[in-house]
Amino acid sequence: MMDGAHTQSGCRDAPLLKERGQREVFCGLTAIVWLHRKMQDAFFLVVGSRTCAHLLQSAAGVMIFAEPRFGTAILEETDLAGMADAQVELDREVEKLLSRRSDIRRLFLVGSCPSEVIKLDLAKAAERLSAKYNPHVNVVNFSGSGIETTFTEGEDACLAALVPELPETQDRQLIVAGALPDVVQDQMLGLLDDMGIGPVTVLPTMRADDPAAVGPNTVFALNQPFLNETHAALIRRGARHIAAPFPFGEEGTTAWLRAIANEFGVDQDTFDRVTAAPRDRARRAVAQAGATLHDKSVFLFPDSQLEIPLARFLTRECGMTATEIGQPYVHRDIVGPDMALIGDGPVFSEGQDVDKQLERARDARADLTVCGLGLANPLEAEGLTTKWAIELVFTPIHFYEQAGDLAGLFARPLRRRDLLKVDAP
Amino acid sequence: MKLSVWTYEGPPHVGAMRVATAMKGLHYVLHAPQGDTYADLLFTMIERRDRRPPVTYTTFQARDLGADTANLFKTACTEAVERFDPQAIIVGASCTAELIQDDPGGMAETMGLGIPVIPLELPSYQRKENFGADETFFQIVRTLARPTDRTGRITCNLIGATALGFRHRDDITELTGLLMEMGIEVNVTAPYDATPADITRLGAAHFNVLMYPETGEAACRWMERELGQPFTKTVPIGVGATRDFLREVAEITGLTPKIDETRLRLPWYSASVDSTYLTGKRVFLFGDGTHVAAAARIARDEMGFEVVGLGCYNREQARMIRALAKDYGVDALVTDDYLEVEARIEALAPEMILGTQMERHIGKRLGIPCAVISAPVHVQDFPARYSPQMGIEGANVIFDTWVHPLVMGLEEHLLHMFREDFEFHDDAGASHHGGKAVSASDAADPVAETAPHPPADSAAMTETADVVWHPAAEKELKRIPFFVRGKARRNTESYATERGMAEISVDTLYEAKAHFAR
Ligand code: SF4
Repeated sequence: MMDGAHTQSGCRDAPLLKERGQREVFCGLTAIVWLHRKMQDAFFLVVGSRTCAHLLQSAAGVMIFAEPRFGTAILEETDLAGMADAQVELDREVEKLLSRRSDIRRLFLVGSCPSEVIKLDLAKAAERLSAKYNPHVNVVNFSGSGIETTFTEGEDACLAALVPELPETQDRQLIVAGALPDVVQDQMLGLLDDMGIGPVTVLPTMRADDPAAVGPNTVFALNQPFLNETHAALIRRGARHIAAPFPFGEEGTTAWLRAIANEFGVDQDTFDRVTAAPRDRARRAVAQAGATLHDKSVFLFPDSQLEIPLARFLTRECGMTATEIGQPYVHRDIVGPDMALIGDGPVFSEGQDVDKQLERARDARADLTVCGLGLANPLEAEGLTTKWAIELVFTPIHFYEQAGDLAGLFARPLRRRDLLKVDAP
Repeated sequence: MKLSVWTYEGPPHVGAMRVATAMKGLHYVLHAPQGDTYADLLFTMIERRDRRPPVTYTTFQARDLGADTANLFKTACTEAVERFDPQAIIVGASCTAELIQDDPGGMAETMGLGIPVIPLELPSYQRKENFGADETFFQIVRTLARPTDRTGRITCNLIGATALGFRHRDDITELTGLLMEMGIEVNVTAPYDATPADITRLGAAHFNVLMYPETGEAACRWMERELGQPFTKTVPIGVGATRDFLREVAEITGLTPKIDETRLRLPWYSASVDSTYLTGKRVFLFGDGTHVAAAARIARDEMGFEVVGLGCYNREQARMIRALAKDYGVDALVTDDYLEVEARIEALAPEMILGTQMERHIGKRLGIPCAVISAPVHVQDFPARYSPQMGIEGANVIFDTWVHPLVMGLEEHLLHMFREDFEFHDDAGASHHGGKAVSASDAADPVAETAPHPPADSAAMTETADVVWHPAAEKELKRIPFFVRGKARRNTESYATERGMAEISVDTLYEAKAHFAR
């Protein structure tokens, strides 16, 4: 489409191939699929179209049909023609929902492309509804629209919307932002606790009443590289960011922990005592699970926004070479440390022009191509081996104990291709 | 504004994609934001298509809105035509682009692309996927098909099969064979596998076979009017319908109906004594209108079931479904709200559901076996083996598919009888329709939720409404096979309530059983 391919150099060195063409990525609404499981008393009410409802259903992958804690208030002709006041309609739907679901303590009004194009003011709605349903239910709005957000940025928008709600504290404390599976979160908290780092608050909190606060003596770390707005929102509240590589693999986890440990003045002995055993386990697990990956090449399409930290893991811990590393957006403040570790070699690209990128991927013919679900089977049919990226946001992959699993996720498609002895006709 | 949790149909532009993806040599330029590209995965993952759908999305962003989304669209059009070299393009807007009113159709038509441009007006805030497919195919036919000489031999077109259709791939094969036996060749199959060039040849056929009214009726009506081609009204799903269909074809063509039934097994399998237990099974049907109507006839006339309720989610078929329901002496349920469907199923307490993937999940939760008869589709609805719904083999496939969940239930009952295995204890439910959600993929697994409420019959309640179960009666109830236990409980309770009894003893249980005996 637009021939926007030009390069630029930034502070953290590596030049960037910027593209502005057709993007083959989900919108931020997708994040609801994992966020609603993490926040157990929250309901995500998308104000959108049938397309938005269909996206959520398709992204959930399995049609579950239990009554989940998300849904779409589908705009109809009458809402658009101005015959019905959309705000009144919304109030009515919320009323119906909350009277049926007393388990809901946090209600997110999630903006979509249609609601934003018709300028339906969800901030106003959230304020009004909060006033009505407080203290039992808190109503917050954020945008998951495809014109504003890409895939995992939905989580970013959600967390960023929570930050202004946090009470002020003067306490010295650590906030870790990013939704992790419970088991992984517990491992993380265990490691921090063993080093004597605390108190620690995790965003998002599992329940509405779980304590969380922020203030000038707060430092924060991100465990997901897509939390750009959250990063900015926390800084606005006076908190200070601890920049670090992301906790994927042994190296990433150690570097992430080390940055926090340094901030909290943890001595080397303590650090080693706490991390030595899991580090060793992680190294062995990666060596074993990732053996297949050694000396193989990888091409990453922009999708989950995890691409740069994952490429760091794949190149430095699994012995792969990266040809292209695409990300929907590159925020150097956040992924800079990982970029620095990757060093020269691969092309870093930002944005997408999918047909051109597919041509590059075909030319590169990497041993492994990491891409979205829409592209995986067509590329497999062309003889490439793929790993679909959406699995990376649904699977526990962070921190030491998951390092082997993470390598395994990438190794499995290659092992599978080796196993299959019959070609497709 | 209406709150929706799960939907039976996608938006209308997904219907247009089903047509475009089914065809060859056609490209769809869709004015839409990036998130709408999710629809690609329906085709590449659910249907395992080995090619990307032929769709170019403009993926405009918020910052483009004030500036120039129209230009973005034009560039996308030019580049798509250059890159993919299609014989024709369809152009349109998704729900968001509809709001910004760039008029993609008007723009593309004035661009001088050198190929036919077919603009689509699909009202996203009123209509849905099936309409989108029907309308898109109609527009393609209307633009490209022209009257031509009929073929020398008698030929027909197979109309309505799309990508992401329920067994469309195999229905085409089955019907082609069936018609061949009568000496009728297929001129064009469309949209499935047809090119725009093929569409121009539609007029050469002597008549049209309307396979799926949901996605092909508007085009068939137009061809009847403009090209003088009659079309078939019977959808050949089931033994009776297949025979009727061939009679209808004979009437249209003047040929003698011919059918080789040596492969047909449904009637004998149904008559054989092993099937006695199917007698009067109470079934509830839900899906698209066409498949439900066909399934109702099979259920009653070919399987010996009792149809206790039926309905459809596509309101284009509401009138037909209401008339049908009247025939069957039941109330029609026309809704796209799965909660309403669930409530109806709960109220009717059928012994089996013939539905969609949605009803399969409802069945799981309520502990009622379910066989799938209709879209919306799931990866499981694209089996590797040949499994049509239409014609002779379709009837055989349907017999197996419907009996399977019932046999599974029976088997588990027998296992349970012979062995108090922990795996089969009461609370475990039936493995084929209980507890565990079947997922499309590893990735999806972590998000699979198990049903929030246990199957109705295992709920540990001894007091329902106003009646109290004696422990002995409760114990006796547990000895009844689990797949009829829910019904036994409900029958006994209503028997007791009607008679103003406050307590249920073992005697009451058996009194009720005698009362409801059929
Ligand atoms: S891209 Fe926009 S319209 Fe499409 S699903 Fe996402 S929010 Fe809805």
